[in-house]
Amino acid sequence: MPADSPAASGTGRLLSFDEVAMTFPDGTHAVDPVSFGVDAGEFVSVVGPSGCGKSTLLRIASGLTAHTAGTVTVDRRALGYVFQDATLLPWRTVRRNVELLAELGDMAQAERRQRVAEAIHLVGLTGFEDKYPKHLSGGMRMRASLARSLVLEPDVFLFDEPFGALDEITRERLNDELIGLFQAKQFGALFITHSIAEAVFMSTRVLVMSARPGRIIAEFDVPFDYPRPPELRFDPEFARLSGEVSQALRSAHA
Amino acid sequence: MSSVDSTSVYTAVPPAARRGPRLGSIVGPVLGFAFFVGLWYFTHYWVLENVFGKRNHLVPAPHVVVRRSLEPIPRGDMIAGLGWTALVALVGLMIAITLGTALAVLMAQAKPIEQAFWPYLIAAQAIPILAIVPLIGVVLGFGFWSRILVCVIISFFPIVSNTLFGLLGAERSQHDLFTLQGASRWTRLLKLQLPGALPAIFTGFRIAAGLSVIGAVVGELFFRKGGKGIGILMDQYRSRNMYPQTYGALVLSSLLGVAVFVFFGWLSKLVIGRWHEQTRQGAG
Repeated sequence: MPADSPAASGTGRLLSFDEVAMTFPDGTHAVDPVSFGVDAGEFVSVVGPSGCGKSTLLRIASGLTAHTAGTVTVDRRALGYVFQDATLLPWRTVRRNVELLAELGDMAQAERRQRVAEAIHLVGLTGFEDKYPKHLSGGMRMRASLARSLVLEPDVFLFDEPFGALDEITRERLNDELIGLFQAKQFGALFITHSIAEAVFMSTRVLVMSARPGRIIAEFDVPFDYPRPPELRFDPEFARLSGEVSQALRSAHA
Repeated sequence: MSSVDSTSVYTAVPPAARRGPRLGSIVGPVLGFAFFVGLWYFTHYWVLENVFGKRNHLVPAPHVVVRRSLEPIPRGDMIAGLGWTALVALVGLMIAITLGTALAVLMAQAKPIEQAFWPYLIAAQAIPILAIVPLIGVVLGFGFWSRILVCVIISFFPIVSNTLFGLLGAERSQHDLFTLQGASRWTRLLKLQLPGALPAIFTGFRIAAGLSVIGAVVGELFFRKGGKGIGILMDQYRSRNMYPQTYGALVLSSLLGVAVFVFFGWLSKLVIGRWHEQTRQGAG
């Protein structure tokens, strides 16, 4: 049986996968043994072909899906999970949606209220507190979803292609804002995406996964300092690194 | 200049000023009403005259129906009848809503429970109500409670099926969200499944409310003890060859059905209108 041990304190390592694998009951390998770690202040992206099990990594990290081999080390009380869709509850206003996770976790009313107001301010939704999701744009919904997790003040953030459904302009702006949050809060992030540019732009490290069964086949350190200006996307060094990631990804298909 | 030859000039159309409800929303209903009243007159004056051999009085003209029904004698009976039928339909509907919602919540808890009940619900729903009604009287007697049971039986299924459909309709990622926070089954039901099911639940209520009125009238045709509802009046007028009054009672029972339908539509809009994204108004 795989064991989940609480995160060892003081090492700065917030999440670690040690030879973690996932096999479906019918014998299909979803994830072949993978090992990696996310330290405090690290932004790790995982890119890979669709269906390679990248999202499964997040589900395993959070405990939503059980792994069948290896060891996951993480403190699940301090976990933020941002889904592919905003997954807002349409009958709740922005404020009540942002409040949801704290409410389910029985956070005291006064603290909850203060953190909700802060989170809404941080993601730039001030003034939209009483709007219902149907009145928000896709980008604003994603901001609300982000704020909902921020309220928990997580040490580790899991992002499952959060901006995949947004248009490019909104996406780039949310990339900038998320980098701002990352700098301010210094959480560890595990970010799933299928956009190479997004992975390189956001991350301190990029992992490349192979097609199913997913394995990590390459790893790249991203040397750029934060904050990262939008012009970085047109930097030759950025293009070179993106090219390398792209090449590794293509070899994964071969 | 030749390059302009194939070019047309399009001028901007300023937005039309909106005053009150649009004309289009009135024209349809008025035309529809005129059509159906016209069809009725046509049936009275032409079809029965020429096809059925001068038996026009069997389908009286609309104005005769209205005039004769509003005369003091049938009017008092009809108003009282409306009250009785509405009471039975309402009590029946409330019982069906309580039991139906409870059953749907139970069925939503686990797949085996759902599978245990579902086939019998489908089977029961497939039995024509008229076949069951006489059997009810044998057990419950020929009064008020038998009428109510007819209403409950006829309006039960749409409530269960719509509520269940709504409760099971929560997205997986929404469930994940609750799972991550270690939410209990009860919390999940109250904060995720029930609120999310409200649009479907109201659709069920609306269908059930109309059916409950039908149930009340059908019940009255079989169970004569107790107050004289519209169904009893309808049957009495018909047996005495009072056709205008028969049609009057018929129209009245239909209006009662429309009224409860509209009421639940209004209630639904009041409760979920602020957040629910309506795809298509009406129909349900």
